[in-house]
Amino acid sequence: MTETVLRRLLQSVWVVAAMSVIVFIGIYAIGDPVELLVPEETPAADKSRIVAHLGLDQPLHVQYLRFVSDVASGDFGLSFVYNTPALGLILDRLPATLELAITSMVIAVALAIPLGLLAGLRPRAASSRGIMLGSILGFSLPSFWVGLMLILIFSIWLGWLPSSGRHTGTVLGVETSFASWTGISHLILPAVNLALFQLALVIRLVRAGVVEAMTADYVRYAVSKGLRDRRIMLVHVLKNIMIPVVTVIGLELGTVIAFAVVTETIFAWPGTGKLIIDSIYQLDRPVIVAYLMIIVLLFVTINFIVDLVYLALDPRARGGGASA
Amino acid sequence: MKPAALRAIPAAESASAAEIPAHAPEDAAAAAAPAPALRKRASPWRRMARDFAESPMALGALAVLVLLIAAAICAPWITPQDPYDLRSIDLMDALLPPGELSMAGDPFLLGTDGQGRDMLSAMVYGLRVSIGVGVSSVLLALAWGIAVGLVAAYFGGWVDALLMRIVDLQLSMPSILVALILVALLGQGVDKVVLALVIVQWAYFARTLRAAAMVERKKEYVEAAIGLDVGRGRVMFTHMLPNALPPLIVVATVQAASAISLEATLSFLGLGVPVTEPSLGMLISNGFQYLLSGRYWIAVFPGVLLLVLIAALNVVGDQLRDVINPRNQR
Repeated sequence: MTETVLRRLLQSVWVVAAMSVIVFIGIYAIGDPVELLVPEETPAADKSRIVAHLGLDQPLHVQYLRFVSDVASGDFGLSFVYNTPALGLILDRLPATLELAITSMVIAVALAIPLGLLAGLRPRAASSRGIMLGSILGFSLPSFWVGLMLILIFSIWLGWLPSSGRHTGTVLGVETSFASWTGISHLILPAVNLALFQLALVIRLVRAGVVEAMTADYVRYAVSKGLRDRRIMLVHVLKNIMIPVVTVIGLELGTVIAFAVVTETIFAWPGTGKLIIDSIYQLDRPVIVAYLMIIVLLFVTINFIVDLVYLALDPRARGGGASA
Repeated sequence: MKPAALRAIPAAESASAAEIPAHAPEDAAAAAAPAPALRKRASPWRRMARDFAESPMALGALAVLVLLIAAAICAPWITPQDPYDLRSIDLMDALLPPGELSMAGDPFLLGTDGQGRDMLSAMVYGLRVSIGVGVSSVLLALAWGIAVGLVAAYFGGWVDALLMRIVDLQLSMPSILVALILVALLGQGVDKVVLALVIVQWAYFARTLRAAAMVERKKEYVEAAIGLDVGRGRVMFTHMLPNALPPLIVVATVQAASAISLEATLSFLGLGVPVTEPSLGMLISNGFQYLLSGRYWIAVFPGVLLLVLIAALNVVGDQLRDVINPRNQR
């Protein structure tokens, strides 16, 4: 058990190290931010002073070593554009993104579990086919287009909800959209937009789990014992499919945060996704690098925790230790 | 269950489909060779075609798909105007709602955009770019993935471990993010977008093919071929590959859908194909500014077309998965 945990930990460290090299080379070997930062008529002397100031004149491996030691102490450098610490910029925006991501995850799961149960219980019923068709649509609809349609219908035609921005208040010292109806109304459209994909995914997962569980011996036994449907569903079926569902929810949180890039752009939500898009346009390397490294850390941490939870929940995962 | 496998969202089930041979090689073998008593002559391909046709929805989706591809290929001959020939566009016709007549008296079925371009024509041309980018990126990623997957399965050991670690690493990052960064670094252009999509997608193919090829690797005919000393390349490509191919078809269909969707997203964000070759995503992006003033048709119609295309691919992929998956054999 300890050995498995240690090996997973080592693997995580390896992934972070590998990603740091890839990110660094990818971002630093290509593109010249100085060209974008200074006006064209800037004298060469001033240009080289800026290059030296930003440390861009050093050899690549020197830049990388400096990068690693800086990153280890939480210093991602100053944003080329804002001239403030890159990490600070991202941490400032992170709460908005997390609020959006978690809200949409809650919406997705709250809707997906009952719908998935329904579709799995009666796979051939019309309602189930409808749900599954809906979930194919959920995969098929490009998220940016859904966002546009939500704006068109609920903001422009019906005028019910605002189409852009975030409105916060303070509750118990935390800045959140949930402080007022105005704040919540700004959150609804982006959260629903972001939730659709996960909704479709979790519906399929739950349905597949239910279909499989219904044919399992322990459920057949429970049925022949004369247990009530409700008890069979809640105790025998649901409990068993929760392990994969919880795993996917954990892992999908990272994807949701990544996909927030698109949603935040459409709804002008002031989170990290909007920041990274702006930074890409402006080739603001320190911010791009800081964002990517934070995402990688987040992913690796979530993966690691999910694996630990798995070990705790499923005794079968402990034996052998094969990665499959 | 590998956490990274769950990353393959639309392909979430195809990943499990790909694992099935690993769990039930006998089933896979039974499916590959038709049951002798019941279906004497039916080749596996014919059986697949028959099973596929059992779902009217899948047949309908396939028909839609064929129609769309045909329209994209024939674009110059079937569209009312050439949307990128400036002589055929009249600025006086700009922003006409669907069904209006042009200055010359011809109807614009789906309206016009800000430059007086017929939306229907622009959409068919956009379809061309979208399908072209999607199909070429999937084919390239398929080739690359096949090579990596075969090498991993054939050699095993540390080669396999190293390649699969790289695959894991690739799959652990969300595709939209990787594509975004790549396109930002590589710059604009159709070729750059295709390259980014290939880098994002190859790992799905490599993993799927490796899983299927590992099963084949252990079979006697491969041992026999190696024993006959027919050469590594021939063992890999003429013996292992054809038998390991079916699950890849499913992944390719689903990945084509996700590639088209991803390209549209990139173009919408202004990081995709150049303005001179607008894809459906670019058309939608152009329509966004008019959307807020209530001119819905410029963004909505290309979006509907994009949706139909992606949905048709996914439905076909779904049915293929059911047909190929030996677990679903009745």
